[in-house]
Amino acid sequence: MAESVFAPWNDPDEKPLIQFRNVTKRFGDFTAIDNLTQDIYAKEFFALLGPSGCGKTTMMRMLAGFETPTDGQILIAGQDVANIPPNKRAVNMMFQSYALFPHLTVADNIAFGLKREGKPKDEIAARVAEMLRLTKLERFGARKPHQISGGQRQRVALARSLAKAPKLLLLDEPLGALDAKLRQQTQFELMDIQEKTGTTFVIVTHDQEEAMTVASRVAVMDEGRIVQVATPADIYEQPNSVYVADFIGDVNIIEGTATPGSAGYDIAWAEGQSAFHAKSTRDFANGQRCFLAMRPEKVAISTDEPDARNKIAGKIIDIAYLGNISTYHVELPGGRMMKAQTANTRRLSRRTLTWEDPVWLSWTDTAAVMLEG
Amino acid sequence: MVSLTLGFAFLYLPMIILVIYSFNESKLVTVWAGFSTKWYGELLQNEAFLDAAWVTIRVAVVSSTIATVLGTMAALVLVRAGRFAGRTLFSGMIYAPLVMPEVITGLSLLLLFIGIGLDRGIVTIILAHTTFSMCYVSVVVSSRLVSFDQSLEEAALDLGCTPFDAFRLVTLPIIAPAVISGWLLAFTLSLDDLVIASFTAGPSATTLPIKIFSAVRLGVSPEINALSTIMIAIVTVGVITASLASKRASTRQQAEERAAMRTS
Amino acid sequence: MRRLTLIAVPYLWLLALFLVPFLIVFKISLSDTAIAIPPYTPTLDLAGGWAAVRAFLSQLDMENYIWLTEDALYWKAYLSSVKIAFIATVLTLLAGYPMAYAMARAAPEWRPTLLMLVILPFWTSFLIRVYAWMGILSNEGLLNAFLLWTGLISEPLVILNTNTAVYIGIVYTYLPFMILPIYSALEKMDDSLLEAAEDLGCSRLTAFWLVTVPLSKQGIIAGCFLVFIPVVGEFVIPSLLGGSGTLMIGKVLFEEFFNNRDWPVASAVAVILLLILIVPIILFQRNEQKQREAEGLDVFPLSMWSR
Repeated sequence: MAESVFAPWNDPDEKPLIQFRNVTKRFGDFTAIDNLTQDIYAKEFFALLGPSGCGKTTMMRMLAGFETPTDGQILIAGQDVANIPPNKRAVNMMFQSYALFPHLTVADNIAFGLKREGKPKDEIAARVAEMLRLTKLERFGARKPHQISGGQRQRVALARSLAKAPKLLLLDEPLGALDAKLRQQTQFELMDIQEKTGTTFVIVTHDQEEAMTVASRVAVMDEGRIVQVATPADIYEQPNSVYVADFIGDVNIIEGTATPGSAGYDIAWAEGQSAFHAKSTRDFANGQRCFLAMRPEKVAISTDEPDARNKIAGKIIDIAYLGNISTYHVELPGGRMMKAQTANTRRLSRRTLTWEDPVWLSWTDTAAVMLEG
Repeated sequence: MVSLTLGFAFLYLPMIILVIYSFNESKLVTVWAGFSTKWYGELLQNEAFLDAAWVTIRVAVVSSTIATVLGTMAALVLVRAGRFAGRTLFSGMIYAPLVMPEVITGLSLLLLFIGIGLDRGIVTIILAHTTFSMCYVSVVVSSRLVSFDQSLEEAALDLGCTPFDAFRLVTLPIIAPAVISGWLLAFTLSLDDLVIASFTAGPSATTLPIKIFSAVRLGVSPEINALSTIMIAIVTVGVITASLASKRASTRQQAEERAAMRTS
Repeated sequence: MRRLTLIAVPYLWLLALFLVPFLIVFKISLSDTAIAIPPYTPTLDLAGGWAAVRAFLSQLDMENYIWLTEDALYWKAYLSSVKIAFIATVLTLLAGYPMAYAMARAAPEWRPTLLMLVILPFWTSFLIRVYAWMGILSNEGLLNAFLLWTGLISEPLVILNTNTAVYIGIVYTYLPFMILPIYSALEKMDDSLLEAAEDLGCSRLTAFWLVTVPLSKQGIIAGCFLVFIPVVGEFVIPSLLGGSGTLMIGKVLFEEFFNNRDWPVASAVAVILLLILIVPIILFQRNEQKQREAEGLDVFPLSMWSR
């Protein structure tokens, strides 16, 4: 069983493909990357996720060779790449704007890098044909970039960056210019191609859903630092900070003080309200400040008082009907708001809950994660 | 609408009148005496004009070509080179000639050529024209470079190009229309220049504008009308062809883009 | 290394053929006129070493500048050039703004054609365009013939060889320089801004003053510089269309140099002209630089040609 799970980061014998060692990058007074250390392994699909200005693009550009670290080292396959210019690196990049050469045909765009290597003509032609096939662009080889659609351009950009069979492919917001539907479809294509070619992908994105879908591991970044690196499931279920919990998906955050109790902690969160209970893998001291992070889908909503350890009464202020799910915004005593989500599994659900209804919210001891900050 | 009609009438009527009167039989340019092409015939017999035209064209071709190379380099410096010592002086020397009164430029270049003992002739005119027209080229090219997506060059580097190859294979083909306009502009400026050429031309080489100027100082002449008409015709045909070609290219591109959106 | 070459080649060219010539002009403006070849003294003899340089420097003086202030011709010519350039710039603005405005408001499919019609005269010889007015404005010219025919006048008007003809010539030849930058500023303006202004209670006229004009300010500034600066030193227009009463410094300089062969005085005239223009030139260059750095907006009409 264990062998089938792809998790080289847990294997102490595995050699990382990319190593950031205490890398700092400053632009004038601005610190884009702050003393960052991180390993990325071969065949990973590694996502750098964060808001704009968090340093994710700078990390990628340093890998490509367009920026050099102010301090620290970057190693690719064990080799320090500080003095290797971009055109000598076995790394290729797919640009956010695609950067397709407008004066060259699709096939010539794909062949561009191969021609620089001085490969024989027939070899280049064969490789271009292979890339066109891989990206389902066989019919478009003779077209110019302005003669194809946005989705096709995206695939040309991918084909071009993969043509030289790089050890490492960098993708800068690769799907940012596509509309929502095409983006989803393309995400799966990307994963498929990554698997087929066995290339290591590092993707930069600000779209958490995209990162969660495609990546083997996600690094959540903030202000030049990596806040958490983990698999998508762990990032979602086990965030290590309020920042990560808040950045990924929807969350209720409740601040309180922890008291160790039987089988977990009691969290006092408001005067005159009974404490919540939660289990935690982290240790908290008696009276320590803590944050409860709770996903709305783990909060149940009912009209009758449920039989649960964690429950609280409130009033529905808002209902967001999203088709597959509904999100209820419930006002707790004292004015605090809390979100609860239910799946709309039946087509015509009896609308039992409506605005201004008094309701009960409840959740289990393991539903919430206790965080220090 | 009124302002456009009046404005374009103002811009074009004088030239139209000039063209009409170039076909006037009479030597008196203000009296219409019937249609004739005799002034064109006389113009083509005029050796002095033909010699001057030949000098002018050679000067224009050589100076605009050198100016295009230097001006493109200067544009790259302005847009890409970042900060360097003397950058302000450099950009000052690019922009100042655009508005510098020609009498100053002409005088200063003449004094330089005399100072270094360079005989005035075709070479000195070429040097002078190259100097001021390279500034125009660099302004035209740099305005294209500013909007040039630099990730295209990065992509070329990423795919294994040396920086020079990236410029040759990617940047240059894309900015080529601006470089060509720059060349055409430099060429026209050189053809057109009277004042600077007057200072820098020697007895061995006279340009067409100098000839025209000395002829028209004395008053209106039908031969000059004919010459003007020829020049206006060449320019009109050239500009209209160029703008039709570019319009057609852009309509085709738009149509293809729309088609591409549909098939996606 | 590569970057250094790229910078050095155009830099050295401009230093040698643009900046150094000005220094020579400055030097000669401090020399004396002489009947010799070249017609000024002293000449610098570097072979003579440091002593020769010292001797050379000691012979330089401000005599030519004093001469310029004493002879009323020169300062009158400067004043009159600046005055003519200023009035002509205002006239060109008054003629050019409505055209630029109408072009920017025209249907989008017409704009390229209108633009081409403005640019076309640019490519035609400046000299020929000025010359075209000689036949129109002369006493027996077409304008007078037309006015006599309509009966508005009974005697031909004297227009050619007066300042009026000079103004007409300047407005005519420099009009595209005014239209293009203003058009390029106005074209970028979002129509909904005017609608918003009207929605917020502006009349059409106040909306024009409070929204359109401020947004085209950069274009107006650029256009005015592009007309004013070269016109101050204009030579062709005053010599073909102006008369004996038209005093413009470009013409004075030209004649001083070619007719009187007084190189030091001509140089001094050029130095003062440059001093008058240095402030507008620097302001113009700042304006261009600022525009370029801000989102690559081009106010300089040349960029129109690269489309």
